[in-house]
Amino acid sequence: MEYFIQQLINGLTLGGIYALIALGYTMVYGVIQLINFAHGEFFAAGGYMGVILLSYFSGLGYMETYPVFCLTTSFALSMAYCAYMAIGVEKIAYKPLRKESRLAALLSALGMSIFLSNGLMLTQGVYDKAYPSELFQGGFNLGGMVTISYLQILIVSITGTLLVGLNILVFKTKIGMAMRATAQDKTMSALVSISSNRIISLTFAIGAGLAAAAGIMVGLYYGSVRYDMGFVPGIKAFAAAVLGGIGNITGAMVGGLIIGMVEIFGAGYLSGEYKDVFAFIILIAVLYFKPTGIMGENIDDTRV
Amino acid sequence: MIQEFNKIWKKYAIGMLWLLGLLWPLLGIHPDGTLTFQKTFTVWGYILAGTLVFLFFYVANQGGQLKFVTTPIDGVRKSIQVLVKPFPTWVWLLVLFLIAVIYPQMTGRYATDVAINVLLYICLGLGLNVVVGLAGMLDLGYIAFYGVGAYTYAVLNVSYGVGFWVCLPLAGAFATVAGCIVGFPTLRMRGDYLAIVTLGFGEIVRIILNNWMELTNGPNGILGVKPVSILIPVFENGFSFEIFWVKKLQFFYYFALALAILAIIAVNRLHSSRIGRAWESIREDETAAELMGVNTFIYKLLAYATGAFFAGLAGAFFAARMRFVSPESFTFLESAMVLCMVVLGGMGSIPGIILGVFALIVLPEVLRDFQSYRMLIFGATMIIMMLFRPAGLIPAKRVGKRSEEKE
Repeated sequence: MEYFIQQLINGLTLGGIYALIALGYTMVYGVIQLINFAHGEFFAAGGYMGVILLSYFSGLGYMETYPVFCLTTSFALSMAYCAYMAIGVEKIAYKPLRKESRLAALLSALGMSIFLSNGLMLTQGVYDKAYPSELFQGGFNLGGMVTISYLQILIVSITGTLLVGLNILVFKTKIGMAMRATAQDKTMSALVSISSNRIISLTFAIGAGLAAAAGIMVGLYYGSVRYDMGFVPGIKAFAAAVLGGIGNITGAMVGGLIIGMVEIFGAGYLSGEYKDVFAFIILIAVLYFKPTGIMGENIDDTRV
Repeated sequence: MIQEFNKIWKKYAIGMLWLLGLLWPLLGIHPDGTLTFQKTFTVWGYILAGTLVFLFFYVANQGGQLKFVTTPIDGVRKSIQVLVKPFPTWVWLLVLFLIAVIYPQMTGRYATDVAINVLLYICLGLGLNVVVGLAGMLDLGYIAFYGVGAYTYAVLNVSYGVGFWVCLPLAGAFATVAGCIVGFPTLRMRGDYLAIVTLGFGEIVRIILNNWMELTNGPNGILGVKPVSILIPVFENGFSFEIFWVKKLQFFYYFALALAILAIIAVNRLHSSRIGRAWESIREDETAAELMGVNTFIYKLLAYATGAFFAGLAGAFFAARMRFVSPESFTFLESAMVLCMVVLGGMGSIPGIILGVFALIVLPEVLRDFQSYRMLIFGATMIIMMLFRPAGLIPAKRVGKRSEEKE
């Protein structure tokens, strides 16, 4: 039972991270029906910005005196950086292809993904980059074997805050309403003077910002980042987005949590080596019985 | 020329400034708490200089300043067309075939090696073309079937000593079965759901190859796969056969060539057959196809199986060629690469795919001198190609009146 609770905590942490990445996929898909393969690279870039800024602050010696300030600034700046990156990427690689076949945009996205991850490699080096290690040692003991580290509390609380914030933004504000309108029908929303270009940029920016936050948290959690770290979580987060029903924001959160839980429980109870397989098997099984995902609506005949 | 420049310079300047903002945090913030600008500006300056050259040519071309280059090229193209016309297509195919036959005699080992790669990828690309280009189903895990084919030969050969020519049909068969296994549950899905499920299957196959130690020797791969062998009649001391191991790259090239030609003929015939028409109708409109009496379930499964079959054959050749297989060769990036070849060349068009394969195999080889920059340039080229020719290098001609319509 203790083991179960421990795994539940771990699964919640990982699932939250997947959910954050999945949101970017699902929001972009909702607006322009594109699988943004470069999204995993935004996540990796966020992780890198996190390590760059945190080590910069610890080099200045601020880490000991103002830890909260350093952490908040790092998060905010990394998210802003990735948002900035995503807006440019969208303008360069996706916008001119909006009228073309979806495969062309997909390949452009793949090219962008290769380009960005190699750009990260060239500027930051091939080897792992370690996060400052003095951060967040220790944790609470919840009795018996169950511990929840400070880092996990931080991750879960930041994830929760971001998810709630996003929900408020999308479902309660005017901008969110404009986003939903654009996702439903670009022409009609343009008629009521919603600039679809601006909304698409905003969507990319928000998605990349969330991915950047996830990147820093993964970096903190595992202690280091690598230039190709975006790929596997990217695929899994995309699987999570599809699992929840692509284009659906709540679905992406649920899907992320499910994929994270399945991975942790599969690794814990069945086999560590096949942990990636379980996530995909769940995905295939769910899609077999409900081809539109858990919360997805019926998409009409979208073809290649 | 000035006009064209006026149109574009603002976008270009904004783009370059964006890049500067992107580069500086990566290069200018140091862990010892210092900020520098020197390195950022150097790197940025190089990129600026490089892109300015391209911008110059682009603007000059748009403004008609390069007519002294483009006009002769157009002239050459026209005279080639005039030259080509009098002879029927088969003459040119024959010429191409002859060039392919004498190619390894004229070039060295390295060039032959690259050519074998090209031939195997042509087979792969054509197989994927059946799934994506003809039947219109996006497959992101295609390389898994290649892996199944390669491992079929490697395992059967190393563990049980089965020869290549027995394994080749078996590799095709196993890959076909794998294709049906993937195809069966995914047939209900459409569009991007299909894409992610195939991607998932591809990853599952790779992870299984990576972890099933007893069968596949895990990440270490299988060493010591035997090369292709053929029986040669020997007339000394009466009549008998001798086993001849095709270790020399030149000989292996011909087997790969035979495979590629077989694939080209097969896909070409399939395309214009009843089955090919059925696939195309599914691609264009699945519901309408079903109404017209096309059994979409069978045909989609068949498309998967056919694509997988070709990949399996190519896989067996790959294993015999490398004489070593490991899960590293069958990652998602490879699937993406094959898909790029198909889309870059022009979906559904056989000459297009061959050109796409050439481009994507030869380009990284040419860029080998740039070492670590080559994947960066590769990614950038992909984006630029898609921006300027989104329908592919040689777009497929569509049959019927609807070809002028745009969706």
